[in-house]
Amino acid sequence: MADDETSPTATATPAASLDPDQHHTDQHDSDQHYTDPPAAITDFGIDTTSRSTDEAVRDYWARLRGGDLGPLPALLGLVVLLAVFSSLADTFLTLGNIANLLAQGASITIIAMGLVFVLLLGEIDLSAGTASGVAASVMALHLVKGGNLLGGMGQGVFLAFCAFLLLAALLAAVMRIWAGAAISLVALVIAVIGVPPNPWVEMLLAICVGTAIGCVTGFLVAKVGIPSFVVTLALFLAWGGVVLQLIGQGGTLGLNDDVLFRVANGNLGTAGSWVLCAVAAGGYAAVVLGRHFSRLRKGLVAPPTPLVLTKVGAVVVLAAVGTHLLTLNRSVSDVVVITGVPYVVPIVLVLLVIGTFVLERTRYGRHVYAVGGNREAARRAGIDVARVRMSVFVICSAAAAVGAIVYSSKVGSVDPNAGGGNTLLLSVGAAVIGGTSLFGGKGRLRDAVIGAAVLATINNGMGLLKQPAAVVFIVTGLVLLLAAGVDALSRRRAAAAR
Amino acid sequence: MRQRSPSTTAPGQHTPAVSEPILELRGVNKSFGPVRVLHDIDFTVRAGEVTALVGDNGAGKSTLVKCVAGIHAADSGEIRFAGRPVRIHGPRDAADLGIEVVYQDLALADNLDVVQNMFLGRERGRYGLLDEADMERAARRTLTSLSVRTVKSVRTKVSALSGGQRQTVAIAKAVLWNSRVVLLDEPTAALGVAQTRQVLDLVRRLAEQGLGVVLISHNMNDVFAVADRVACLYLGRMAAEVHTKDVTHGQVVELITAGRSGDLGIARPESATT
Repeated sequence: MADDETSPTATATPAASLDPDQHHTDQHDSDQHYTDPPAAITDFGIDTTSRSTDEAVRDYWARLRGGDLGPLPALLGLVVLLAVFSSLADTFLTLGNIANLLAQGASITIIAMGLVFVLLLGEIDLSAGTASGVAASVMALHLVKGGNLLGGMGQGVFLAFCAFLLLAALLAAVMRIWAGAAISLVALVIAVIGVPPNPWVEMLLAICVGTAIGCVTGFLVAKVGIPSFVVTLALFLAWGGVVLQLIGQGGTLGLNDDVLFRVANGNLGTAGSWVLCAVAAGGYAAVVLGRHFSRLRKGLVAPPTPLVLTKVGAVVVLAAVGTHLLTLNRSVSDVVVITGVPYVVPIVLVLLVIGTFVLERTRYGRHVYAVGGNREAARRAGIDVARVRMSVFVICSAAAAVGAIVYSSKVGSVDPNAGGGNTLLLSVGAAVIGGTSLFGGKGRLRDAVIGAAVLATINNGMGLLKQPAAVVFIVTGLVLLLAAGVDALSRRRAAAAR
Repeated sequence: MRQRSPSTTAPGQHTPAVSEPILELRGVNKSFGPVRVLHDIDFTVRAGEVTALVGDNGAGKSTLVKCVAGIHAADSGEIRFAGRPVRIHGPRDAADLGIEVVYQDLALADNLDVVQNMFLGRERGRYGLLDEADMERAARRTLTSLSVRTVKSVRTKVSALSGGQRQTVAIAKAVLWNSRVVLLDEPTAALGVAQTRQVLDLVRRLAEQGLGVVLISHNMNDVFAVADRVACLYLGRMAAEVHTKDVTHGQVVELITAGRSGDLGIARPESATT
């Protein structure tokens, strides 16, 4: 491993190795201390800043063998599923079905992205599903009752609702999560003033309610110190009851609003689709390449250029092909024409980009990983662990509310079952299948997207094969079990390799 | 009972101090409820020297370190840093003075890489955004200045490092902050022979860079390999603070186990029986 490292910067000193026997540190001349940066980097020598493709591939292989699988199993599974379903069901690979699949998977993807934050800390939020149901039902109630939540809920419930929002804002303020406090107060203001119904206000209200729920969950876990499993299990039941209370036994609240309906069912125009493609793919290429070459210029550790170019090229080509296919007419009847990229695609993309940016480029994201990796080390490093732990529940519930908007829009109504059933299980499943560790510290937002794609494909494909619900559930459950098993085994392997 | 000379430095020792004391403890006491853990501790750390802190289990080594690190507050006594009396109320105070503690474990997050760990909690950047380039260069500069050659890349995840490499990173992390005193809590306890050697080399280099180094260790070989002076705790009292070259292995072991050795140590160790 040591002798074949001949990187451009490693010429000054012989390549070093991880083998302790090979270190020669006894002779340390004074000129090695406090040398200026460029000289220091050359002197460091062992730090191979730019690797060859060959080495990168071998490193990746070593990581895989060491148990760091990342999203690879999920990607392979997705390929297998696509191959199986497209050979068994003729309609699977039609454009209409692919677009449908995207819309079906979107809400799960969004809730799963929020859950990734919680899972990164090694916690769990079992209440994300029914919490999203509460957000959806408040939203629907506000729309249906013409902005009069007091009339819609009844006085007692309304007062309790307002008190809850106030409490959430206070708890967030106590923990100095100002965004959570402010957003909870926005919900309170909307509720108390009785803002007239407007699709955008409804969506804002849903997200604010979700945030408030997260503040309370997070406080109970992080400050009171109840295990997240218990807190969220209790709240899972409680929120289910709240949804029932808000909507009423057997009732349904229809979302008769064009904007709300189009969130999950509308499409961008052809021009819009291509603009999205250009912005997304172009933006991705610009960011990745810009960063790569800037790192190379500064002499920092960077992956090999050919690998980066391949990755960027693949993404750009995929985006272009996907956009082209989705801008073709996919209507099955001759009367209507359906073209364009569904709105859910940019919604998921925007959330993915923002979330990834937060996790990987900000101090806060770094602290999330640190607390998930080693809470004690994070505490000793001066990180406010309780605040970080609370904040992830706020993010998770807010994301769940966004997911609620999407699934309510897809169905066009909110019923007492909103967010119940297997919404939560599928979301947790999506995150875990994508490669997020249940033990904390490992995972990225894109895992949620990949995992949700796997689950949506299973659901969709089994449906096309006319399999009964029983079989779909069993297969989904087994896939989740498989993913959790892979996670546990790879963790054991990583521990053994040390 | 009250009047006891806690630190009986060996007589006739070379009086000219090698360097100014950077950290001085005078008459520090600490009790946990009815249990008196530290009795009138005097302890001196000099810049450019490695001071070994030895003692049996329960002698108060960890408590002493925690008092200096700000994790526990001392009940009474004085702490002087660079000649000035200071109060250390929390880990932040200690860090602000330039006192860093490297704990045996619990110091690093496995899922982060070397750079991320070294800057944990003190990330560089503006508006909450990270300046990765700056941090990576600074981390590499620090590792270079310590002649660390065993870490392949500063972007290696800590989970992929060996025990010695982890300890190296933890120590380098302490140095990164222009710290002036580094306390190492059993840095070699879990390491093999070669890795112990690496870490001891590094400890020596810290002192050569002008830092005051405190090495807590159970291993006499380690102590005699790197330490300039040995401070020996015995049942919460400072039994002796001596130069390493003035004592033998056996004497230090006696100091640890009995609190005295010939002329050294606590005059009348009546408390040895309890």
